[in-house]
Amino acid sequence: MEQDINIKIIDREGVTHEVLAPTDMAMNLMEVVRSYELAPEGTIGICGGMAMCASCQCYVLSETELPEMQDDEEAMLSEAFYVKDNSRLGCQIQMRPEMEGLEVELAPES
Amino acid sequence: MITTDILIIGAGPTGLFTVFEAGLLKLKCHLIDALPQAGGQCSEIYPKKPIYDIPAYPEILAGDLTDKLLEQCKQFKPGFTLGERAETIEKQEDGTFIVTTNKGTKHQALVVAIAGGLGSFEPRKPLIHNIAEFEDLGVEYIIKDPEVYRDKKVVIAGGGDSALDWSIFLSDVASEVTLIHRRSEFRGHLDSVEKVQELKNQGKINLVTPAEVIGIVGDEKVKAVVVKQAQHIEKEFEIDCDHFIPLFGLSPKLGPIGDWGLEIEKNAIKVDNALDYQTNIPGVFAIGDVNTYPGKLKLILCGFHEATLMCQAAYKIINPGKRYVLKYTTVAGVDGFDGTRKEAPKAVVKTID
Repeated sequence: MEQDINIKIIDREGVTHEVLAPTDMAMNLMEVVRSYELAPEGTIGICGGMAMCASCQCYVLSETELPEMQDDEEAMLSEAFYVKDNSRLGCQIQMRPEMEGLEVELAPES
Repeated sequence: MITTDILIIGAGPTGLFTVFEAGLLKLKCHLIDALPQAGGQCSEIYPKKPIYDIPAYPEILAGDLTDKLLEQCKQFKPGFTLGERAETIEKQEDGTFIVTTNKGTKHQALVVAIAGGLGSFEPRKPLIHNIAEFEDLGVEYIIKDPEVYRDKKVVIAGGGDSALDWSIFLSDVASEVTLIHRRSEFRGHLDSVEKVQELKNQGKINLVTPAEVIGIVGDEKVKAVVVKQAQHIEKEFEIDCDHFIPLFGLSPKLGPIGDWGLEIEKNAIKVDNALDYQTNIPGVFAIGDVNTYPGKLKLILCGFHEATLMCQAAYKIINPGKRYVLKYTTVAGVDGFDGTRKEAPKAVVKTID
């Protein structure tokens, strides 16, 4: 499908998955991870995607341009654990065609 | 021993609606929840957020939904064991189950309905290398009794509502309150943030930001915390204290229910969705977000449906062989266990000349 983009996700066990993510279904990165079951249910997207739990924290490995961080994401990350400079919340990253080639690693469960 | 007809584990929306549906069948309910208040995720994670897919409510705040559900089931006088986590379940010879909480409270019922959502909420513990050594020796993740902190030196870490609210509250109780957060910005209700600002200006709260607690000092009990502050130049120093309270929110864990011998798949309990949402243990049901079956959707409205069908099955277990037909509340009204009665007003029958 034309709207699908290729992204790479390294799961919490270190396994790399190359997956196709639709950009026309209003899906965010956390939901893509769930749809491919790359992290056990109940360990990711706990708050449903409201930037209120940090269970979908990931490290962005590629230089892909991403939407700017909003206040609530920044606030949540300031309270989360295992945070690095390239940390983002997957639920705040909507899949868009220009994100082709995005590479991320899921942060440990906490 | 608390005895009831249906013991519900989890006082979220699904558990609360179960009380109403059970009440229509004249079955009594008691609820256990690890959180100190009813509502589950709706009150703990997002009370001020709107929900748009509750039938007939174009928009309702999660906290208001909890209030409405409590109001709807009130007449059936549910019992509550709050702030305690269901720990063990034992099947008795008479067919009942005894569920014991982490505080030793025992509950007995013929039917157990697990409406546990994503599990019980456990505090998230910061990654401080020696924190485990000081748990309950000055390190507390949850404030149970504020009096413990009277005239003590307290350090609180965190940047959300609970860190703000407890700092405010304890500033009147403790001899010294220090609030440490990784950033200078806090995320909370505006009045809480403003109140902390005011107390800081009055010297009643010692604010240390942007900073992080990286170690605990003490011998047998907490004497001080090691703080790393990253303003301008990085520096490390100690703050003397009797208590260190990290408040980094709660995360749900399936917990002890996972050891009850129930069939678990994807962190959820497998149930028979063709019939009544019973688990592999007869008499134990799982409803709402905690269960799984082919096509499962974790939606509040699905939990309501599951609760309703489950109550019918519970009725048959509790009243074996007894006849029953579904009654509509509009026709039959609702008779509360508190003696109240709700009913549709009678139509007027009057001649028109």
